[in-house]
Amino acid sequence: MTDQETYNYKVIRQFSIMTIVWAIVGMLVGVIIAAQLAWPALNFDIPWLTFGRLRPLHTNAVIFAFGGCALFATSYYVVQRTCHVRLISDKLAAFTFWGWQLVIVGAAITLPLGITTSKEYAELEWPIDILITLVWVTYAIVFFGTIIKRKVPHIYVANWFYGAFILTVAILHVFNSAALPVGLWKSYSVYAGVQDAMVQWWYGHNAVGFFLTAGFLGMMYYFVPKQANRPVYSYRLSVVHFWALIFTYIWAGPHHLHYTALPDWAQSLGMIMSLILLAPSWGGMINGIMTLSGAWEKLRTDPVLRFLIVSISFYGMSTFEGPMMSIKTVNALSHYTDWTIGHVHSGALGWVALVSMGSMYYLIPRLFGREIYSLKLVELHFWTSTIGIVLYITSMWVAGIMQGLMWRATNLDGTLTYSFVESVQAMHPYYIVRFLGGAIFLLGSLVMAYNIWKTIAGAKPVEAAIPAPAVAH
Amino acid sequence: MDFGLIDIIWTVVVMILFIGIVIWAYSGKRRKAFDEAARIPLEDDDRPIAEDSSKEKPHG
Repeated sequence: MTDQETYNYKVIRQFSIMTIVWAIVGMLVGVIIAAQLAWPALNFDIPWLTFGRLRPLHTNAVIFAFGGCALFATSYYVVQRTCHVRLISDKLAAFTFWGWQLVIVGAAITLPLGITTSKEYAELEWPIDILITLVWVTYAIVFFGTIIKRKVPHIYVANWFYGAFILTVAILHVFNSAALPVGLWKSYSVYAGVQDAMVQWWYGHNAVGFFLTAGFLGMMYYFVPKQANRPVYSYRLSVVHFWALIFTYIWAGPHHLHYTALPDWAQSLGMIMSLILLAPSWGGMINGIMTLSGAWEKLRTDPVLRFLIVSISFYGMSTFEGPMMSIKTVNALSHYTDWTIGHVHSGALGWVALVSMGSMYYLIPRLFGREIYSLKLVELHFWTSTIGIVLYITSMWVAGIMQGLMWRATNLDGTLTYSFVESVQAMHPYYIVRFLGGAIFLLGSLVMAYNIWKTIAGAKPVEAAIPAPAVAH
Repeated sequence: MDFGLIDIIWTVVVMILFIGIVIWAYSGKRRKAFDEAARIPLEDDDRPIAEDSSKEKPHG
């Protein structure tokens, strides 16, 4: 009986397909708003298309729809394949899929209508927040329930990262979204003033740390060894990496509130913890990249592996840039400028998107029992993405530093050298380059969608058998 | 209750805990177990390919 059991691939297939769909939707909205910044007339004076309403739609779509679906898909795959059991409940797993899609559709309708809590990365109003909570608790039950009934005694390190991501996001979401509803689509945060700001950035930075980092590190620890066919460089380093990240990340949030009403000591604490964070981040990066040690030639022939390894390089780069930008004196120049936007996208496009796409190129052929349609197109996708990212982040570096310098420049008599609008005008060429970079990146995603479409068209879904326990040990 | 004292105790406890984890992870006794753990994903054959999975079933 147990021999005949199969893994639940259906829910993984659903999440994988939606990962690609939402990638294109989210990135398309990003390209539209990038174009609006370069050519403001492109909002056509229609309220739903204004930057202020589309921007949260873009961030929610890429982080929670694209990134979220990728995390659901890969975590369900990894937890089953490393525990040698089927997900604890097909019904609950299906609920997480349909519930999560409903959340995304809810976001896509309410945000352009201007319904928002105005908390960054937590804009959705309370009815959607409640649905998120339900889906997330179900996700935790499915994931941890599957771990509890595992047939492999050791819990593989990728599952630790996925587990921390699920648990922490639950806590962050519940505390940050606590609000008093005053109508169906309007609520007020239970926190006020500087406490509200602190809770918001405790949430906001840990959304980066646990949603956009820990979960995707889970991906790294499974898909890099699998694609390279080598064990992770150092398993003991991965254990230390995990605990160091957990102990440190939670304290870094105040660096979003330098030179505000937040007490000075809290700002300094946030800065110091952000600097310490460099150690676990780079420990993890080295662990991921060195997995290829002795097999570097694979990078020349395997474009999927190249996605994964280059994503880790971007992870290293942005986790160096982040602590640097958290230093108060650097932050005095960089904060509120486009440098921050460049930093976020070096992490979001370079690390999160590339590692997700690499994992999807690994995963989808296995879910549909087909070889990838064209490795040449994977290669093309790799280069378009890389060129897009480089254009995006370099233009934002120049734009951001220029803004920072223009804003702080003073004349001998103490008056400001430049009016604000002069700094806006100076941004125009860089905003066009950024738009091009984003558009090229989106083009790469379309190539991926075509390639995946050709891969799975007409394919029969795979029902993979679970190996007998004797084999597992 | 003095929250300053609790903060200090908590900081020290977490620090000792973390150092303990590092020592545990790098102790010689754990080497073999960790080497085996690192191979968990590799020893699981998930090759895609439809023919493979159809072959897998009969002898499964």
